[in-house]
Amino acid sequence: MDAMAAPLPVPTRQVDPDLAEDSVADTPWQAIVWNDPVNLMSYVTYVLQKLFGYPEPKATALMLDVHHKGKAAVSSGDKEKIEADVAKLHAAGLWATMQRA
Amino acid sequence: MNGWKRSGRGSKVRLVASLEAQEAAVLRGLVGEVRQMLAGRTDDNPADELAVLTGIRTGPSTRPDDRVLARLLPDFTTEDADLAAGLRSLHEPALIEAKDSAATVLLETLPESGGRIELTREQADAWLAALNDVRLALGTALDVSENMTDDDIPPDDPRAAHIGVYQWLTFVQDALVQTRMQVR
Repeated sequence: MDAMAAPLPVPTRQVDPDLAEDSVADTPWQAIVWNDPVNLMSYVTYVLQKLFGYPEPKATALMLDVHHKGKAAVSSGDKEKIEADVAKLHAAGLWATMQRA
Repeated sequence: MNGWKRSGRGSKVRLVASLEAQEAAVLRGLVGEVRQMLAGRTDDNPADELAVLTGIRTGPSTRPDDRVLARLLPDFTTEDADLAAGLRSLHEPALIEAKDSAATVLLETLPESGGRIELTREQADAWLAALNDVRLALGTALDVSENMTDDDIPPDDPRAAHIGVYQWLTFVQDALVQTRMQVR
């Protein structure tokens, strides 16, 4: 991701990258956002807040995972939900795919 | 363009900026080009009789050969080629429509000869998506890398002239995101 403006503060609370808190045993799919050189860190954070209703610290932590680790699972659920999530991420211009968790 | 400011309160809140005539012309041109590329993809895959009868449109099942189009219209999955083909066919028409409608909002709210732009929250979100599509297209065509600066591109590089435009678009989009995040 392109950092562009002022560096973002490092979040003090680390969000579990595999979204364990949101997952239940029978949610076999994940939406994955991949790092790319064009999407802005600020924009990725905003999109995650807007599409999924995540609070800013969680959206920022996921964005930083994408940036530093190359990818992050941003939502999980049944196949239909994740398919819709990936479609929304594509409409926002993020590089996203779905996979079995 | 000196960035975006918020104006007004509540439902009357607007995101405001001013563009020079030349800036407006460049932005209109680029948004129009991306729109045409996407329209070309649709034209290459005309609706068949079944789609016309049922109203259920399906898109192509194969990824675009063009690198820029492939970035704008990504695969849904890398793990299962059949699933990727099926999901592309199912979702691509709506994705192109969403991108086209964001581009339309931008073009309708950007005065042709530049000047003051006033956006509602929803219009600002459409601008963010349309600006992002243009940056994806340009960034892919120019092979940009993360945090690229002018120093990374020698002046005799044919990409040099376009990088300035790309960086300007980056500024416009980033400034709009920052302002948009302040008007919940």
